[in-house]
Amino acid sequence: MNTPYPPEELLSHYRLMLLIRRFETVLSDLFGEGLVPGTAHFCIGQEACAVGATASLQADDLVTSNHRGHGHLIAKGGEPARLMAELFGKSTGYCGGRSGSQHLCELKIGFLGSNGITGGMVAVGTGAALSQKLLGTNRVVLSFFGDGATGQGVLQEALNMAATWRLPIVFFCENNGYAMSMPVERAFAEPSVARRFAGFGLSTEMVDGMDYFAVREAAERAVARARQGEGPTLVEALTYRFCGHSKSDDCSYRTREEEQRWIERDPLHLMRRRLSELGLLDVAGEEDFQRQVEAEVQAALAYARSSSDPDPATATSNLFAGTYPD
Amino acid sequence: MRELYYSHAIREALEEEMERDECVILLGEDLAEYGGAFKITADIVGRFGPERVRNTPISEAGFVGVAVGAALTGLRPVVEIMFMDFITLAMDQLINHAAKFRYMYNGKVKVPLVVRTPAGAGRAYGPTHSQSLERHFVATPGLVVLAPATAEDAKGMLKAAIRCDDPVVFVESKVLYGRRGPVPEGDYVTPIGRARVAREGKDVSILAYSRMVEEALRAADALAKHGISAEVVDLRSLAPLDLGAIAESVSKTGRVVVVEEGNTTGGVAAEILARIIEECFYDLQAPPRRVAAADVPVPASPTLERTVVPDASVIGRAAAALVLGD
Repeated sequence: MNTPYPPEELLSHYRLMLLIRRFETVLSDLFGEGLVPGTAHFCIGQEACAVGATASLQADDLVTSNHRGHGHLIAKGGEPARLMAELFGKSTGYCGGRSGSQHLCELKIGFLGSNGITGGMVAVGTGAALSQKLLGTNRVVLSFFGDGATGQGVLQEALNMAATWRLPIVFFCENNGYAMSMPVERAFAEPSVARRFAGFGLSTEMVDGMDYFAVREAAERAVARARQGEGPTLVEALTYRFCGHSKSDDCSYRTREEEQRWIERDPLHLMRRRLSELGLLDVAGEEDFQRQVEAEVQAALAYARSSSDPDPATATSNLFAGTYPD
Repeated sequence: MRELYYSHAIREALEEEMERDECVILLGEDLAEYGGAFKITADIVGRFGPERVRNTPISEAGFVGVAVGAALTGLRPVVEIMFMDFITLAMDQLINHAAKFRYMYNGKVKVPLVVRTPAGAGRAYGPTHSQSLERHFVATPGLVVLAPATAEDAKGMLKAAIRCDDPVVFVESKVLYGRRGPVPEGDYVTPIGRARVAREGKDVSILAYSRMVEEALRAADALAKHGISAEVVDLRSLAPLDLGAIAESVSKTGRVVVVEEGNTTGGVAAEILARIIEECFYDLQAPPRRVAAADVPVPASPTLERTVVPDASVIGRAAAALVLGD
């Protein structure tokens, strides 16, 4: 058994998936205890999508994200400490405590933004791809969204324009089977996102979203097409969130048996098994990673807790650039 | 000075700004070869090409979203919404994306976007092609809202809007498109946030914008024949509002009529009246008045349309009543 990818890279991506899992698990517990303000949507179970898809990008490529975006941000190079601080509403957070969980942005790592409006950032990502084309950069945009977003008109409009104009963008759908409580089969006569959009004039591909390697290979094909001017690709990754939609969801709309079937295909287990088969990871290595990740998440938590609240005097600042010509 | 149509002044602004800055692009329905529904962009595609003068499908939400994304990543898109009525389809992209990005991402980004759109009645186009919806944008933090009344300002304000680093809703008047007025040659900008005294007077202030300035000036002519000296202030910039100029005029005359073409309830005039009451209460010698459209959709029949939408006679009667103590 072999792989075209450098071993160190695979190990670091596995570690990233562990980090996202631990970050989300700790965060979910904190929400459960009422220790974090607001709400959040966790990506537990979907780590192979975030890490596998962003693995196909170069550092200066761009990502847009959605309400379930913590994993996307960390996978693109975000710091858990600044993300945690944002979730705690602290001044040291990525957006100074203004964005909370769902509205993240860090241009330095090519994370163009996430937004709590389902599907909205797909149009914004398409515009970013138009910029890359017109400005003649070689950058590609990767736009994450869920199956629920595919019901939005604005997403369908954006896909059509991207396909018509052959823009350098990859539409990455994490189909986790449910839009909050609504099963994809009940929302759409054609539940497969890839099949539904196949007539839009873009490339489509369906992959196992629990398998890092399958996700990464599909994303790399899509990114290569985008970079070579061959237009957009829609990748549908079949995945599952092991947690509820948000902090207050009891998952009454799905069965424990169904959950168990997916948990048996936990992306972390699949990746660990593959790395072990490749001779890259043993028990000691796994334990070492677990310790590192735990330390990083605890450090993030300490950073968030010890950071200061935003200064109330800044509550109305940064609304306008305000540089008006005269 | 040479005279130009208001519509040609807008076209000249677009061409000069596209010449000056290659990041300026145009997006919208039918605006390339066809030149737009009102021929504002006629011939521009021949000069700058289809990459920068980009016809879109009928997808207002999608292409405004695309423009927002393009603005975030280095371009300066100028979007045309064929009729202001259609801007409702793009409300989410304007309110939840363009207007919020800079604030919620804590000043990390700018959104130099212009959305141009013809508003207003007077052409018997009926309920969904005649509205004045600027109230919604004036009430949205994060947006600049401009509404020129003259050809000179149409050029100067559009150039200011394109160079502005904040998202601008640029309200044009489909009736004023056919009016001619003096327009300076070459480059100039009309500063954002500054009103203009269109006619000096001492008995009553009439505050208006866009096509209603013309009606207000006609009313002032009629009032003069009855010995009433009306001052007409062309607001020009609805957000930010030139409260200094408003206060100056109101404190001088002690009486004020605020005019808008949109519906009465919850409108632009309502907000301006509230500001006047807060800021200038003790300068007032009579209760302030607003003149706005009746709270119904704009009907198609010219007779009904004239009944619903304000004109010089309604404005004149309101102003005279204030002065004569009716």
